[in-house]
Amino acid sequence: MNFPILSSLILLPSIGALFLSFTKSKSENKITTKYVALFTSLVNFFLSIYLWFLFDQTTSAFQFVEDRIWIKGLINYKVGVDGISILFIILTTFITPLCIISVNNSVTKRLNEFLIAILVMETFMIGVFCSLDLVVFYLFFEAGLIPMFLIIGIWGGARRVYSAFKFFLFTLLGSVLMLVAIISIYWITGTTDVVQLYELGIDTKYQNLLWLAFFSSFAVKTPMWPVHTWLPDAHVEAPTAGSVLLAAILLKMAGYGFIRFSLGLFPSASEVFTPLIYTLSVIAIIFTSLIALMQEDMKKLIAYSSVAHMGFVTLGIFTIQQQGIEGSIIQMISHGLVSAALFLCVGVVYDRMHSRLIATYGGIVTVIPKYAILFMVFTLAALGLPGTSGFVGEFLILMAAFKDNFLVAVLASLGVIIGAAYMLWLYKRVIFGKLINSELKKMIDLNKSEAFTLTCLAIPTLYFGFYPEPLINTIEVSIRDLIDTYNFSVASKK
Amino acid sequence: MNNIELIFPEIFISLSIMFLLILGVFKKNSSKIIHNISLLVLLITAVITFNETLSINPTTLFNESIIIDYLSSFMKIITLLAAFVVLLISSNYLRTFKIFKIEYPILILSSVLGMMIMISSNDLIVFYMGLELQSLALYVLATFNRDQLKSSEAGLKYFVLSALSSGLLLYGCSLIYGFTGSTNFNVISTQFNTNEYAITFGIVFILVGLAFKISAVPFHMWAPDVYEGSPTSVTLFFTMVPKIAALTVFIRFLYVPFLNLIDQWQMILVFLSIASMLFGAIAAIGQKNLKRLIAYSSISHIGYALAGLATGSNEGIQSSVIYMTIYIIMNLGFFSCLLMMKRNNIYYEQIDDLSGLSKNHPLLSISLLIILFSLAGIPPLAGFFAKFYIFKSVIEQSMYFLAIVGLLSTVVAAFYYLRIIKIMYFDQEKDSYDKDHNLWLKLSLTVSTILILMYFIFPSELIDVVSKINII
Repeated sequence: MNFPILSSLILLPSIGALFLSFTKSKSENKITTKYVALFTSLVNFFLSIYLWFLFDQTTSAFQFVEDRIWIKGLINYKVGVDGISILFIILTTFITPLCIISVNNSVTKRLNEFLIAILVMETFMIGVFCSLDLVVFYLFFEAGLIPMFLIIGIWGGARRVYSAFKFFLFTLLGSVLMLVAIISIYWITGTTDVVQLYELGIDTKYQNLLWLAFFSSFAVKTPMWPVHTWLPDAHVEAPTAGSVLLAAILLKMAGYGFIRFSLGLFPSASEVFTPLIYTLSVIAIIFTSLIALMQEDMKKLIAYSSVAHMGFVTLGIFTIQQQGIEGSIIQMISHGLVSAALFLCVGVVYDRMHSRLIATYGGIVTVIPKYAILFMVFTLAALGLPGTSGFVGEFLILMAAFKDNFLVAVLASLGVIIGAAYMLWLYKRVIFGKLINSELKKMIDLNKSEAFTLTCLAIPTLYFGFYPEPLINTIEVSIRDLIDTYNFSVASKK
Repeated sequence: MNNIELIFPEIFISLSIMFLLILGVFKKNSSKIIHNISLLVLLITAVITFNETLSINPTTLFNESIIIDYLSSFMKIITLLAAFVVLLISSNYLRTFKIFKIEYPILILSSVLGMMIMISSNDLIVFYMGLELQSLALYVLATFNRDQLKSSEAGLKYFVLSALSSGLLLYGCSLIYGFTGSTNFNVISTQFNTNEYAITFGIVFILVGLAFKISAVPFHMWAPDVYEGSPTSVTLFFTMVPKIAALTVFIRFLYVPFLNLIDQWQMILVFLSIASMLFGAIAAIGQKNLKRLIAYSSISHIGYALAGLATGSNEGIQSSVIYMTIYIIMNLGFFSCLLMMKRNNIYYEQIDDLSGLSKNHPLLSISLLIILFSLAGIPPLAGFFAKFYIFKSVIEQSMYFLAIVGLLSTVVAAFYYLRIIKIMYFDQEKDSYDKDHNLWLKLSLTVSTILILMYFIFPSELIDVVSKINII
């Protein structure tokens, strides 16, 4: 494999952004700039599909590995994919073009710069999922803060400044401890190369502290209760495309990090801290579901539901069983599609009515029927109806949880019920009921680009709901290998 | 007297100063030509230093009182280049305030000469001489805009406090001389008795004096006032150039004669470092004036450089030197932006004056954005790598507390850098600033921004250069 396909994936969006930065942002240029950005991200998407096509599902080894000297004698630029990361890369390249299509209505000022920020963001997000060196990972992980900060701050809603600061400082605070841990790992083992670290293993006496340091970063990013408070603010104030990126991909970085680093590098510490994760996950599932029930703002409701869904993900990961981790990854992919779609749905009505309050709406099913159908698909997927991708993930996670800890599984199942309650109630209040607000009658149904983006998201949601085989086939071997390594190192300690 | 060619740079620069002084006295309206000649002198001196001394083995001169090695040559080149850029971009500013005079470049040259002597010093007396030469020039520079009250106040404040610290420093020197019988670093290192507490006292006094010069907490009180009051181009000089020299002396003084006493001075350095990082970060939050803000920010940055020195290892020294180099580039970029904030011959320096800058000046504000994120230490910009090297060497010595406090204070510091970005990007715009800037100003901003942005592509180069520094 001579062609550096992963580096191309990482670099392409940035090249597109560079190109955009040389074009003047005038009104007549707007269409052109958008097509440039769309073209770049679509090329990237097809490249990633090609990557999936080339990907060998029968091995758990890293593929398409590129290894270059970066800082001499210290850090290598090393990227590669295995079954765990490839799906996230495809998710990223899939969501980004949809985001770019969706900016049509929501972003009116400085379109050029907005597209640059999104493309740069894509570079960093793909970089996170590809990197096989801790420092390179950290670099991409942190660098994503800059474009996201600007996206929220420049194009956000009324309280954008507060939200942008909160987002930035929370995440940065979580991450700095991870940097200490990464440097410590370098001095303990002499390398930051993930593949080598998998082979070498890290001495168990250091693992607990290092695990906690990584945890502090991932917990903020996931976000786990009680450090989830930045998420509702960031979501509510971010422009639609920003919310979509945030929910669909940024949150997945942490889940991915848990699997790749917490489980992979610190198996014995993961075993020690599993009860902690269980507790926090269960609290997140039940507590934030209850909060979501009481929200009056649609975006906030979906944001809290994200926290609950990510609670399932962390729960599944730390069952440390085949089904649990498979379920978590599928849940993340599914949540990536569904939450992106839900935020786009909110964006659609927001662009028309300029209100995110549930109370503004009601009875719009007759006014905008197409919208009502698509919104229903995603509502049902969010609550995990069989036949949608949400079901597969939750089901696998709960199955693994029942095997491991009955109480936790029962409590988590309770969360599923509340989840159904708040999503259905949201749907009922927005779509059904009496049409009281006469303004609503003027609403226009989905235009072409909105219908297109939402359909694009609905197809995989339903397809993977009925037939999750392609996903499971891709991740299966890598996860089995991860769990074998885990069991081996935990057993050898005893 | 062989090896005399090794101090050619110093000889050349002092002869030039005398020549320029005489030229200035006898030729009317010669400020422009003197300005240009000074630029040339700085450049030539840097070239001579590079050619003659960079690649030689450590050599001592004049009874071992001057040392020429890789560290000194490297630091001298940085000093000269930084001074060169300062002089290059300050001409418009000086013209606006009608202080474009012959004294300005000559004073800068004199202080640079003092710093070069400091950097090369291997003897307490020589070191003190260099220190006073640079300080005297700096006092005058601080008051250079003498019609303004704040500028005079700045100079006076700097003079009084600096004289006090010089006194402490001299007292420390005398203690060390009294208990070791020599002022020469090499002799001291063989002579002293580790159990003698008076030597520790001497070290403490000298450290206090030096900490004052680099404005480390708790000896930082002068910095905000002096930085605010001085003409902006002089502030730029203050934030970078004297600190390089003082830091070199720090390295030389602690690591050559007193490496065995590391247990004694390490604590002091760790304290200075933590206090500077935290205080600089917290105190900057409330500032309204950009120059005051950058004063606190520079206090915070010097804390990180000191953290590298506190490690007691070669890697630590190297990481500090890398840190200072990157810091200088960031600072140059920042002040280039500051010098561009001019409208109708008035320079603006409040943070609020940046409001909505991104609308009218997209390029200027994107550069400032990059510089500020880099100052905050966000990857993948150069500032992150600077901090990364520091913490790498700190954690190598298992000084986890220092590393964690340092990293937490970067989070605090991120807040006020973000605040500037917020004002530039999220707030309503004001009138636009002049756009016809000096070519050199634009160039220095562009080059520094590109260096910061692209550093991650070639991070090894700087490490290669710095890794030749070997003190221990």
